[in-house]
Amino acid sequence: MKKQGLLNFSASALAVICGLVFGLVILLCTNPAQALPGLGIILKGGFADGMSGFGYMLYIATPIIMTGLSVGFAFRTGLFNIGASGQFTMGAFVAVYIGINWTWLPPQIHWIVALLGAAVGGAVWGLVPGILKAFRNVNEVISCIMMNYIGMYLVNHMIQSLIYDPLRSQTQPVSAGANIPKAGLDQLFSSNNLNIGILIAVVFVVLIYILIEKTTFGFELKACGMNRNASKYAGISVKKSLAMSMVIAGALAGIGGALMYLAGSGKYMQVLDVLSPEGFNGISVALLGLSNPIGILFAGIFIGYITVGGNNLQLLNFGPEIIDIIIAAIIYCGAFSLLFKHLIGKLIKRTKKEEESV
Amino acid sequence: MEYVIEMNHITKEFGNFKANDDITLQVKKGEIHALLGENGAGKSTLMSVLFGLYRPEKGEIKIHGRPVKIDNPNAANELGIGMVHQHFKLVHNFTVLESIVLGRETVKRGFLNMDEARKKIVALSERYKFQIDPDALISDITVGMQQRVEILKMLYCDNELLIFDEPTAVLTPQEIEELMKIMVQLVQEGKSIIFITHKLNEIKAVANRCTVLRKGKYIGTIEVADTSKEGMSEMMVGRKVNFVPEKKAQTPGDPVLEVEHLTIRSKHTGKNIVADVSFQVKRGEIVCIAGIDGNGQSELVSGITGLIPITGGKISLNGKDVTKESIRRKCIEGFAHIPEDRHKYGLVLDYSLQENLVLQSYYEKRFQKHGFLQFGAIRDYAQDLIQKFDIRSAHGATSVARGMSGGNQQKAIIARELDRNPEIVVAVQPVRGLDVGAIEYVHSQLIRQRDEGKAVLLVSFELDEVMDVSDRILVMFEGEIVADVRPEDVTIQELGLYMAGTKRRA
Repeated sequence: MKKQGLLNFSASALAVICGLVFGLVILLCTNPAQALPGLGIILKGGFADGMSGFGYMLYIATPIIMTGLSVGFAFRTGLFNIGASGQFTMGAFVAVYIGINWTWLPPQIHWIVALLGAAVGGAVWGLVPGILKAFRNVNEVISCIMMNYIGMYLVNHMIQSLIYDPLRSQTQPVSAGANIPKAGLDQLFSSNNLNIGILIAVVFVVLIYILIEKTTFGFELKACGMNRNASKYAGISVKKSLAMSMVIAGALAGIGGALMYLAGSGKYMQVLDVLSPEGFNGISVALLGLSNPIGILFAGIFIGYITVGGNNLQLLNFGPEIIDIIIAAIIYCGAFSLLFKHLIGKLIKRTKKEEESV
Repeated sequence: MEYVIEMNHITKEFGNFKANDDITLQVKKGEIHALLGENGAGKSTLMSVLFGLYRPEKGEIKIHGRPVKIDNPNAANELGIGMVHQHFKLVHNFTVLESIVLGRETVKRGFLNMDEARKKIVALSERYKFQIDPDALISDITVGMQQRVEILKMLYCDNELLIFDEPTAVLTPQEIEELMKIMVQLVQEGKSIIFITHKLNEIKAVANRCTVLRKGKYIGTIEVADTSKEGMSEMMVGRKVNFVPEKKAQTPGDPVLEVEHLTIRSKHTGKNIVADVSFQVKRGEIVCIAGIDGNGQSELVSGITGLIPITGGKISLNGKDVTKESIRRKCIEGFAHIPEDRHKYGLVLDYSLQENLVLQSYYEKRFQKHGFLQFGAIRDYAQDLIQKFDIRSAHGATSVARGMSGGNQQKAIIARELDRNPEIVVAVQPVRGLDVGAIEYVHSQLIRQRDEGKAVLLVSFELDEVMDVSDRILVMFEGEIVADVRPEDVTIQELGLYMAGTKRRA
């Protein structure tokens, strides 16, 4: 069991190294003189600016850990939740709406209600493909993609008709009580953006880990993911399991949306015809973390780390596009961690064989 | 005497476990050489060594007297070794022709050129009377035909040594007979065959010599003509085996399972796959549903257990109507189901053995507390079953089910189903692909259920099993029960007539 964990870790690490080498090649192509210092900056990542950079990294990591959990959880139950983006957007909207309008709530619980609302919003958006899959066997990938667009346009419409600030072409600010408490973390890391969102994400990581590995419910969900026929034979309600998987996945992504827009960081929902990238980054995070909740936590933090490092590249006059390409390349290679896992496993086997034959 | 292939003193270890321990297999040209052994005796490992999938720790392989090194299946193929696997490796939406040339496509300027391949395949098919349509889709042809496609694939590659891995496990009696004819014709033309099986009748029928393995060890090679079936089975199992299970006479009690006017209509064709079937299974009775595969037996069982919806009829357990109950509910009420397809229904292959052993009971109080699985209790229970039912695997309770041998997978299912102390056991082809030792074991378990006053409903395509195990035989033909007889009142020939639909006595 321990060996397996080490294997998983080394596979992910190798994937990351490959991504970095690829990033270096891109740096060399665009600006050879600055390439090595550039790589240095990427590697320094979140540590470059001391505590504040570290805090910023955690802030960036929080929402993608949640979407990563969403995708990874669904994947463990045999579903490919490509709809995390739409669920994320729906969750964010509900959270912001509650944050702006339900000011009658006491501030201690205002943000909690907003989070719960986000979970419901995301869950509903996951439920639709879940039900279609369970009862009509509609491929969840297709229905999820459609739900992404429906979610995006619906939210755009609702923002404009309900909570729009036309001067700044974004949503109105949420009331102070709806912002997630900072609990001193902002001072500790001297980063205004950081709040207990990252801790909430960690709590969900642990919860999902327990749910998948330790409970009868997780046992059923996994069984459905691996063999639907045998699950049905064993009396597990496959339809319910499929729908529930998507509901939980959707809720996780939805909470991710809330954590991002209730951070009090000056980030507002805007009316753009763009699917939120956090949902898709969740897929990379889940792949890099090999769908293991703990792995996803670290994968999310890593991507936050790289993103901060990438942003610092601007000091060396690298264009923001180049930075995005490098980050994407690293994430892309991260997605190959499964391949690396396979390769490493083979390598170990071979060396073992040779050792034995000597 | 020159051998086509020799595997001398092969030893293959997995950790501390010796899957093959000093095994020697020598095949002469033009012979059918049977490889006999129980599940887990090391037959598959030995063949994997031959195919270069495993590298042995010790031993050598010679072909025509020359030592060779086989690192991968392609190398084996180039040396003229081909194999028909137990589970066919065919692409279902390919045509027969495409499946055969797959991997060896003839190409002209980058485009497929199938004409020559087609000619060769048609010629081969005619020579061996395969009656195969090269343009039929794999998914549309019968299992027997699919097997012929696999054989054609080997012949198409001009393989000299053909390995058949339990080829008869999936065939009907008629198909088995035809396969035997084909095998004999193949060796007459100079091919050599390794025939992996544990059906002694078949070895007797076609094989020249037979090598016996037991628990990874080489027991011996014998001339089939000089050895009796009993002798071979003793070599294989290491003790005397009862071919006919021992059964005490028993008078059946109250009905346990009552099926009334059960009808299942096909969604696609609109025809009744199961047509107005009524019967009872009583306490202390093994009722066997005989018939040729595809006459509605599978659907009948799936309908009874709830895997597929029924169109009409009533199912009662101990007098209680359970027609509309869920599968879980039926299971709690006392249904046990040993399914036909153990990979599709019986097991979650990527779960460990212990997880599979509690697949039907993980929700019970003893295995969970407030929704949390009690891994300690599950492990103890699994250990207990492993011991009681002698389930063998590499890592005990934590072995992944996928890596276990077929016989031990089946034992795991049987252990799980019977240990729940069910009222009725519905078993479909429970001994399919098992060796004599395991068959004896499964049958004795079913008979024990009966002797304890439980009811057993057994679906079987093998007449020996039908005659030996059952107390009452129902014959199904085209979705109807055409005969309800007792085994002592009927001959195998007569059963054959009922199964073919030419005679009725319901």
